[in-house]
Amino acid sequence: MTTVLVFFFILGGMALLGSVGTVASRNVVHAALSLVLALLAVAGLFILLLAEFLAIVQVLIYGGAITIILLFALMLTRTREGPVRLDNAQRRFALIGAGAAFAVLTVVIMVSDWPAPIDNPVRPGFSRISEVLFQQWAIPFEAASLVLLVALIGAIVISRPEKGERD
Amino acid sequence: MPEQYSLEYTAVLIITIAGIGMVLAAFFASMILAPRSKSEAKQIPYECGIPPTGQFWAQLHLRYYIFAILFLIFDIEAIFLFPWAIIFRSSGAVIFYEMVLFIAILFFGLVYSWKKGALRWR
Amino acid sequence: MDWFYELWPKLGEAFRGWLESALPDSIEGWVIYLVLGLLSMLVIVNLPIVGVMAMIYMERRLLGRFQNRLGPNRVGPFGILQPVADAIKIMTKEDIVPNGVDRIVFNIAPIVMLTPILLMFAVIPYGGDTFLTNLNVGILFIVAITAVDTIAIFMAGWSSNNKYALFGAMRAVAQLVSYEIPLLIAILGVVVITGTMNLNEIVAHQSSLPLILFQPLGFVIFFVAISAELNRSPFDLLEADSEIIAGFHTEYSGMKFGMFQLAEFAALMGYSAVIATLYLSGWEGPGLPGYLWLFVKVFFIFGIFVWTRATLPRLRIDQVMALAWKFLLPLSFLNVAITAVEVVVWENGLPEWLIPVNIVIGAGLVAIMHRGLNFQGQTRQVVPSGPERLAAINRPVGGGTE
Repeated sequence: MTTVLVFFFILGGMALLGSVGTVASRNVVHAALSLVLALLAVAGLFILLLAEFLAIVQVLIYGGAITIILLFALMLTRTREGPVRLDNAQRRFALIGAGAAFAVLTVVIMVSDWPAPIDNPVRPGFSRISEVLFQQWAIPFEAASLVLLVALIGAIVISRPEKGERD
Repeated sequence: MPEQYSLEYTAVLIITIAGIGMVLAAFFASMILAPRSKSEAKQIPYECGIPPTGQFWAQLHLRYYIFAILFLIFDIEAIFLFPWAIIFRSSGAVIFYEMVLFIAILFFGLVYSWKKGALRWR
Repeated sequence: MDWFYELWPKLGEAFRGWLESALPDSIEGWVIYLVLGLLSMLVIVNLPIVGVMAMIYMERRLLGRFQNRLGPNRVGPFGILQPVADAIKIMTKEDIVPNGVDRIVFNIAPIVMLTPILLMFAVIPYGGDTFLTNLNVGILFIVAITAVDTIAIFMAGWSSNNKYALFGAMRAVAQLVSYEIPLLIAILGVVVITGTMNLNEIVAHQSSLPLILFQPLGFVIFFVAISAELNRSPFDLLEADSEIIAGFHTEYSGMKFGMFQLAEFAALMGYSAVIATLYLSGWEGPGLPGYLWLFVKVFFIFGIFVWTRATLPRLRIDQVMALAWKFLLPLSFLNVAITAVEVVVWENGLPEWLIPVNIVIGAGLVAIMHRGLNFQGQTRQVVPSGPERLAAINRPVGGGTE
């Protein structure tokens, strides 16, 4: 077993631990913090795949921004006494759904014809990333800015105080 | 995996372990050195000497959430700017104007939220 | 004299050579790497600890001078052993864990707080060959990894079972999050000029002239944003004791509190080194070796931080947020735009006569944008009177007020 594989299993185990913690946690903040563990472990996996820029984005956007939004949203909820029940009777269906998604993904990953070998990945330079992003995917890139704008306007409209309501 | 690359990130891993180990060592040192005595009054959450009332989980004001959303959106924009900043000199005018358009759209978002008063801390 | 300039790499090489000769041949190469790794670990961990002690002493002495008093002067000559005494004291203090605390999160928070700060010191170049790791994403790595501290602050505040800690953490998170964007976009100005994110290459780019001359506006934005990120006065809202006691670490005591304090000052030291690297040509300098030059610059920048702390009063939270979103963010965008245009027009390096032009443009933009802040208009808030005021006073604690 190579060193990379050892680290893959360690990081994969961390990601799995975090994900299970997210789903199984009784406490809603514990669930969110387990999600941080999973997201950071995924950043580590990106580093193993030589995608350092992607790893940085993962830490900065997911580890930083998304988690903060999640935690703030949790803190927006009403004060509650005692432990909160986080699941309901649909958990069996959720398990089936998640299992099916896992099976489909596994099959797709095994069957697909990948353009580059996984056991010997190439380190993409920044110029390569930028070229692909700004030339090949220029239109989706511009569309992303519109999507972000829509999200921004939506958040502002939703949060605006309604008529008669004091700030 | 290229050797240079793996060496670079091995150093990162080593320092991560060092950081965790250092904090644990400090905890251990204080466990040995520090005195311990339990008392009822000492265990009360500190609220300036007044016995705490109610529970600590208070509902957050909505304004925090708005700023978090704004943060996410501009964070994504900033992260897109970095690969652009590295290559825009060498790869022609199209990429330059692409980014001008991108920034202009999001700058409109900033102006919009400013005009709507979303940037005001109420 | 050569060894003086390249002290640390030479030391490492010498030690490695000694290890190879001292150890029997049967021991593999990775053992040597392991020992060297442990040693570099030791150096990087001790660097911020020693530096922080020096900084705490310097801050207290300087503040004393600013306030026309002496500062610590009892322990050792000129009070120089005061931080050592403080460290010993904090180690022997009882570690109180109050009732109702979420123990796991409460204990993990200091670890999550300090580890990213230490990682910062691994990336900063201390000299031509003196660095632990030379990442291609260097500067972005530092910003991303210190963003994790925001989560640590939330963890500390939430797990404390204390309203004030929670409010303090929420305020701190909102403030950190707001100033991260001007910070990122100010860094972008440097990346646009140098065309790289690698800190060693950024320093190499400044071998003739420091970048502060071409990025005066970017430097100011970065400095203000960093003061806010590090909770330095005038942005030290979460230490507004009259409002929220000590903020997110109200319930921490003993060594755990010490860890937060260490993290705060170590971050200050690390980011001072980042400012030196980005804008003041890092370890480059005549005469002295690189690592000494870097520390001269770090303590110079730290002196400016202390100076602002001694001079400016604390801002209110609405002023802090307005400064981030209505002043620094548009300014940083303008800074990047101007820099990008300059780089496109003068392809073969920026001419030197741009330096005064840039300073004038920066000062003009600050003067114009400063009107948008309009602090005066916001300070007047209507205080309710009569029954309304009574209702406001009697509102239950924590009823969505914060």
